[in-house]
Amino acid sequence: MSPQVADRTEVRLAGEGGQGMILAGIILAEAAAIYDGKNAVQTQSYGPEARGGASKAEVVISSGEIDHPEVLHADVLLALSQEAFKKFAGELKPGGLLVVDEDKVDATDAPSAVRIPVTRLAVETTGKQITANTVALGVLVGLTGVVAREAIEKAVSARAPRGTEEMNRQALEAGFAAAARVKTNR
Amino acid sequence: MAVKLMQGNEAIGWGAIAAGCRFFAGYPITPSTEVAELLSRELPRVGGKFIQMEDELASMAAIIGARIGGLKSMTATSGPGFSLMQENIGYAAIAEIPCVVVNVQRLGPSTGQPTAASQGDVMQARWGTHGDHPIIALAPTSVRQAFDLTVKAFDFSERYRTPVILLTDEIIGHMREPVELPDLKTIQIFEHNVTEKPEHFKAFRNTPDGVPPLAPFGVGYRYHITGLFHDEVGFPTQRLDEIDPWLERVNTKLERNIDEIALVETDYEPGARLALLSYGCSARTARHALKVARAGGRKVDMLSLLTIWPFPEKQVEALGERVERIIVPEMNRGQLAGEVERMVGRKKVVRVTRANGEMVTPQMVLDAMEA
Repeated sequence: MSPQVADRTEVRLAGEGGQGMILAGIILAEAAAIYDGKNAVQTQSYGPEARGGASKAEVVISSGEIDHPEVLHADVLLALSQEAFKKFAGELKPGGLLVVDEDKVDATDAPSAVRIPVTRLAVETTGKQITANTVALGVLVGLTGVVAREAIEKAVSARAPRGTEEMNRQALEAGFAAAARVKTNR
Repeated sequence: MAVKLMQGNEAIGWGAIAAGCRFFAGYPITPSTEVAELLSRELPRVGGKFIQMEDELASMAAIIGARIGGLKSMTATSGPGFSLMQENIGYAAIAEIPCVVVNVQRLGPSTGQPTAASQGDVMQARWGTHGDHPIIALAPTSVRQAFDLTVKAFDFSERYRTPVILLTDEIIGHMREPVELPDLKTIQIFEHNVTEKPEHFKAFRNTPDGVPPLAPFGVGYRYHITGLFHDEVGFPTQRLDEIDPWLERVNTKLERNIDEIALVETDYEPGARLALLSYGCSARTARHALKVARAGGRKVDMLSLLTIWPFPEKQVEALGERVERIIVPEMNRGQLAGEVERMVGRKKVVRVTRANGEMVTPQMVLDAMEA
């Protein structure tokens, strides 16, 4: 049995370098710790490359102290690349939530995976692929409620570079809408 | 300051500014670069200087020179750079120049793995430079502690005229946690107070606490600085009646003040027969396992070492008398465990080691408890 302290939600965001996974992790942790009255610890791992290579952010959220800072058995895994899916899907907690970008990940052997075209939604909504991480945050929070919607909205807005607040708001909204469609169809 | 999500490396930068550091010289290296990045932006705003040097040898030389000129100074690096700094760390030790060296440990040896964590430089921090010499090394376990121990590192370096190593790791350095820093202007550290007239000033004389006050160059105090053994005004000497008292003073000045320097955190339970002893990022893992074990009804002690060097011998020895077994999780092949064994004997110590860039897991610690 794996050690678990009570009240510990573990989120893993994984993709390629350049997809904004680490920034998404930071924003999720800020939503929890600054805007939602919770505790959060964010860690990351990445290769030596500036772009490409595997990149992963981890966020542990709790109402109490967080000791071991890294994910032990993820409650939630977002995979935006085939490599990330292959590497981490097996480490998901039984009954955990797996979300994949359906255009980038062949998740045939994971029938319970939630398939959402995260990157395509970003391009359709804002015209910019780089907003895929914001769409992903909307999807994750919409599906899990791991932080309050208002908290993630504030955190995204606070991190958005000046002049991109509206674009990021739309991207987040698109993520929430996609999550709502998944829930309706279940 | 309001609550912010902050990285350990950023907290180190703010700790340096709060402690009055006004000079940073360094060469960027993963996973320490954020320290330099923050200080390159923030030091000029408080009238300080930031220099990106050609390499780590020069970086170390520059911070020694800056402190001799009167500015509190720091550099930050990781394993490969730390190796290059060793020669001048010895120089700072023999010349008794206060300075702070941040080592955000990554997997080694050599270039190793830049983005992978490690606690593999424990022994290098103590003995990386040659010859008997005093050194202090501090290891934070959280982002807030990264700030606090950076301030402490400056305080100790000034108070004891010694280089201080902030021996952190990739996990703590890159980890983000919510922290609320104190008002930086409220932080105070030890300041040298030179009372002699310039003509009577001896930068290396003996004093009751073994730490003679240091006057900066350029304000009228004259003394010589060298890496050779030297007399009370700093000129090279081969006289045993000058070398022996110097050796004695410099190599005992930390021991004489060990109660102030040996920082530990204890969480002891009456009746515990088992203890966890750890430091840095692995102390987080140990604490996680501690809570799981206690929730299961087991009595366990925990000792976290914030000061690694000089080794907190008294506290570890006392723990050895309390319990039958001490489990030491760390991200190397047992560097600190060897020191614990030196204090309590090999039979009492269980090593839980991982030296491949991945953290020790709470399960590994729990398994060691069951064994």
